[in-house]
Amino acid sequence: MADSAATVVETTPFQGVHAPLPHDSAVRHVAGSAIYIDDIPEPVGLLHVHLGMSARAHARITKLDLSAVRAAPGVVLVLTAADIPGENDVSPVIHDDKLFADGEVYCVGQSLFAVAATSIAAARAAAGLAVVAYEDLPAAVDIAAARDMDLKIETSQRMARGDAQAALAAAPRRVQGQFAIGGQDHFYLEGQVALATPGEDGDVHIWSSTQHPSEVQHLVARVLDRPHTAVTVEIRRMGGGFGGKETQASLFAAAAALVAVKTGRPAKCRPDRDEDMVMTGKRHDFEAAYDVGFDDDGRLTGLSLELASRCGATTDLSLAINDRAMFHADNTYYLPAVEIISHRFKTHTVSNTAFRGFGGPQGMLAIERVMDAVAAATGLDPLEVRRRNLYGGEGRNLTPYHQTVEDNVAPQLIDELAASCAYDARRREIEAFNRASPVLKKGIALTPVKFGISFTTTHLNQAGALIHLYADGSIMLNHGGTEMGQGLHVKVAQIVAQAFQVDMARIKVTSTVTDKVPNTSATAASSGADLNGMAALNAAETIKARLVAFAAKKWGVEPHEVAFTPDGVRVGGETFEFGWFARQAYLARISLSATGFYATPKIHYDRATHTGRPFFYFAYGAACSEVLIDTLTGEMKVTRADILHDVGKSLNPAIDLGQIEGGFIQGMGWLTTEELVYDGEGRLRTHAPSTYKIPTCGDRPAHLDVRLWKAGRNVEATVHRSKAVGEPPLMLAISVYSAINHAVASVGDYKVLPRLDAPATPEAILMACEDVKARTHV
Amino acid sequence: MGETIRFLLDGEVHEVRGANPTTTLLEHLRGPMRRTGTKEGCAEGDCGSCTVLVGEPDGEGPAGRVAWRAVNSCIQFLPMLHGKALMTVESLAKGGALHPVQQAMVDKHGSQCGFCTPGIVMSLYGRAIAAKGAAAPVGEVLAGNLCRCTGYGPIIEVAKGVAAEPAPAVDLSPLHDETMLDLSFEDPIHGVTRRWLAPRTVDELAQVYEAHPDATIVAGATDVGLWVTKQRRPLPILISVSEVAELKALEETAEALRIGAGVRYVDAVEAISKLYPDLGAMMRRLGSTQVRNSGTIGGNIANGSPIGDMPPALIAAGATLVLRKGSERREMPLEDFFLDYGKQDRRPGEFVEAVIAPKLDASRIFKVFKLSKRFDQDISAVCGAFSLAVKDGVVADVRIAFGGMAGTPKRAKACEAALVGQPWTEATVEAGMAGLDIDYKPMSDMRASAAYRSLTARNMLRKVFLESQDPDAETRIVPESAHG
Repeated sequence: MADSAATVVETTPFQGVHAPLPHDSAVRHVAGSAIYIDDIPEPVGLLHVHLGMSARAHARITKLDLSAVRAAPGVVLVLTAADIPGENDVSPVIHDDKLFADGEVYCVGQSLFAVAATSIAAARAAAGLAVVAYEDLPAAVDIAAARDMDLKIETSQRMARGDAQAALAAAPRRVQGQFAIGGQDHFYLEGQVALATPGEDGDVHIWSSTQHPSEVQHLVARVLDRPHTAVTVEIRRMGGGFGGKETQASLFAAAAALVAVKTGRPAKCRPDRDEDMVMTGKRHDFEAAYDVGFDDDGRLTGLSLELASRCGATTDLSLAINDRAMFHADNTYYLPAVEIISHRFKTHTVSNTAFRGFGGPQGMLAIERVMDAVAAATGLDPLEVRRRNLYGGEGRNLTPYHQTVEDNVAPQLIDELAASCAYDARRREIEAFNRASPVLKKGIALTPVKFGISFTTTHLNQAGALIHLYADGSIMLNHGGTEMGQGLHVKVAQIVAQAFQVDMARIKVTSTVTDKVPNTSATAASSGADLNGMAALNAAETIKARLVAFAAKKWGVEPHEVAFTPDGVRVGGETFEFGWFARQAYLARISLSATGFYATPKIHYDRATHTGRPFFYFAYGAACSEVLIDTLTGEMKVTRADILHDVGKSLNPAIDLGQIEGGFIQGMGWLTTEELVYDGEGRLRTHAPSTYKIPTCGDRPAHLDVRLWKAGRNVEATVHRSKAVGEPPLMLAISVYSAINHAVASVGDYKVLPRLDAPATPEAILMACEDVKARTHV
Repeated sequence: MGETIRFLLDGEVHEVRGANPTTTLLEHLRGPMRRTGTKEGCAEGDCGSCTVLVGEPDGEGPAGRVAWRAVNSCIQFLPMLHGKALMTVESLAKGGALHPVQQAMVDKHGSQCGFCTPGIVMSLYGRAIAAKGAAAPVGEVLAGNLCRCTGYGPIIEVAKGVAAEPAPAVDLSPLHDETMLDLSFEDPIHGVTRRWLAPRTVDELAQVYEAHPDATIVAGATDVGLWVTKQRRPLPILISVSEVAELKALEETAEALRIGAGVRYVDAVEAISKLYPDLGAMMRRLGSTQVRNSGTIGGNIANGSPIGDMPPALIAAGATLVLRKGSERREMPLEDFFLDYGKQDRRPGEFVEAVIAPKLDASRIFKVFKLSKRFDQDISAVCGAFSLAVKDGVVADVRIAFGGMAGTPKRAKACEAALVGQPWTEATVEAGMAGLDIDYKPMSDMRASAAYRSLTARNMLRKVFLESQDPDAETRIVPESAHG
């Protein structure tokens, strides 16, 4: 149909946004043909890079003799800090993460040097020949030690509204308490990896498993002392990220790039699982202490909350992470007079980093713990206490950071979920069961989630996209977001398919690469679809506008008579097949390529006073979990969970359900079986799946009912009125922790609040039971 | 002597000459064979991303039938594949059409990042073609496949919908070879000569091991594999016991079950469940399907680990260990084998030939408890086993053993002394609990504190009592993986 317009009849119904389409790589995933970086055919002459690591938490390096390493079989190059042409830094913000230690080490596992050899076995064996001598310096390997030594990465921060201390002094009732919140390893199944290929003039191309290709590009350029244009970073897909590849990929990418540039040979740096877990940051562990005032009805009158976190040896993203902990210490609750103090402790352990929720989960867990404490003190049902303290009503919508909550749907979600999962009746049944069951006890809890959407560092809320419409009607889609399994690419493709009203098969999503879309932000903060989807939509609209103008002129119709339909492009009374139409535009010399850009409106934040509108909107959810514990062993099983979550108008309900369920289980792992153990010398003892236990298939509750909230619609003008979904569901798992608390409390007839730290491992649960027994003389 | 590793993949015989014997199957697949669908997630047999199916003649089925087992290719040494058939994720799609397991994973949204997906597909396919059909509980089949994205829901849904199908017919006869595999490799990196010897008879094994008493004996490599992939030990000489037919024998007599040292968990669990139902239930939580498909009970004993899960139960049951050196055999009570941490009563050139597990009187109480942070595929913090004969309300005989409480699997002698001859009452149980405090001074580590270990050891005894008083009492949480 080269020159004749064809009218086509579509046989399959059009599927664009809101359709439950499979992940764009699903077929490749199941066939084993999806290519991850380590699957790329290895180029001829490839060198394998292994990083020598610090064995000490804090020490001066008195000797670093690498002569035997250099002489070992297969070794081609050994690099130390002295070999870096540019800046010895791979940090995201404040220039304090060394690529290679320079005179001093600040944590176990810190990179000392790189060995490049013809095989990874040769590189590892050679690294073992290094002679390193240390002179130990005072080390703080946990929060308590850092507090004693007064080591912080920045001044403690205070967020406040009203006079919390006065409110506490005047409170009818008051309780204090504290508890610890464990960290979490990302345990992405694909570990960190980078493959660098040298180009001409000292340029380098890097395949990097990163959520933030632009940052890797910028940092590698700085290490090489070259402009950004010299470095290209590309990623098609990650085998999981969860925040662990937001900043942590730079070290491995920089090491590989440096070797490639120095040797002129391709270089791969892929730490094994243990090296990855030892060398890369994790979710921050926290300590939370509260002093809460309330009335006999369980309504809070004042709250003073002190949060302390282990940031590790360097700053990384810890400022924003700890800020986000403060932002979520209200969760869905109006706090009439509140102060939140946040201590950011510097420790001689690996620098902690972004992890799904980004500090939010720890802040939220703290306030949910306060709700349970108030319930224990008043004897009220914890859900009733939660309901009485929700945002809503005259003068009860201002957050501690002075943003007004304008989209509060928590009360509706809680009511709907409590009714559908029969919370009240089951709570009564459970308490009856517990009276009759001496060894096994049950617990139940329903907790809500409100999560702020936007990077709180305002300038990051921008995104770009690039769309090419080829003359055959196929569409190449590229944007600054990265695919780590969350289904971002299929969602953005759906948005573009919707815009052009074309079949998804026409659209090819290509790898994310810094020379297509520049200066991108990390795919993080749940923002991927919000930002990149809107940027891609804007790019599509630019091309559509050109096509409309072209068609109006060519066929002599008004612009409003040109429409993109699933059957093709309708121009006046005729409908043209899309590919044919594209070719006509090409022949008429119409530009069929466009960039798109988006910057989130309305947001602003003053970090000096911790006030402003950091969030464009909030995402909400609620979960009710039921658990069974063994009071003689501490073993625990989540037997049932019901979830109702608001994703606005879902871009893809299948993908969103997967995010919610996966996030819930990951959060459950954080709060139950996943325990990071460091020894007194700051060495991580849990650095592989043999010792670090993420949930297995059998840990998933037998009854897990996950629903999207049907009434969901974003009140803000987001892309197709959807809401972000990546992080918020993780915090639905707080219901599991709270339910365990309920089960443990049954041992003392619910008279006291159990002393239960997170994660609630079997040991933590058993010891909490023992403590409750001791305090209630059972 | 065979110097070539030969295996069958998708109908073709593959030959590998000059391989480093400690090369893993995963390394060989992803490297020289460019089969990159099989992934490395942990290189220690814990995550299942590297799951492949290995086929070997099915002893039970019709002649020529092949039984397929899901294994972790990251801790299988390449020579272990000699004479066997292999399927990887790339084997499944035929003529461009996905296998129904794969298609269902697409339709149910069973993949997100996709990295664990090939391993999960292979585990589910392995279940579909298993001789017993798709009967194994889903949680049991998938316990060794970690997924960090999905929360498992869609995968479980896929598993429940997968129908049994006949295993592909494979002709292993071109691989037939009665000679002993004897590989030798000059390792330029470590400057050593590595050898792999795979004797075919127990006599040959005894000879070879006497000649090389410094060799490392390897069976399923679920432990020795990690010595290479994690500890990077050189291991110059490896002697495989997997090709020794006599060691794979499981013989039942009127009094006992004789378990050859080469018997894998998967092949013993049914027989052991009949003898000791509680141990059978625990074995389904020991490792994962992939681990139980490779690992052997003999290996679990011979490696002398203080946290192996089989020794406590077998000691409590009164099992006897059979050792062999040259033509000489000796037997000893299993508990006597474990001398001290890392030290066993095994002379140079002597190896474990079998363990003999006695049948117990039906009236005997036999209980096993395994405590770990996670129910499935986790190493025990504490593993306790209790065997009691209560006659006329009095403890007539008792054997109690624990793992995780000392440097070796160890009997609780003081506790036993406090119980035996006493009325089986709460007061006696309290006395027995005090005995446990004398028996064990456990340590604190990343799995649990000493206090937790001591307290739960005591509480296990309490549970034994509670369960004996009221068999219907709900005293244990049944892991989800035990359900369909």
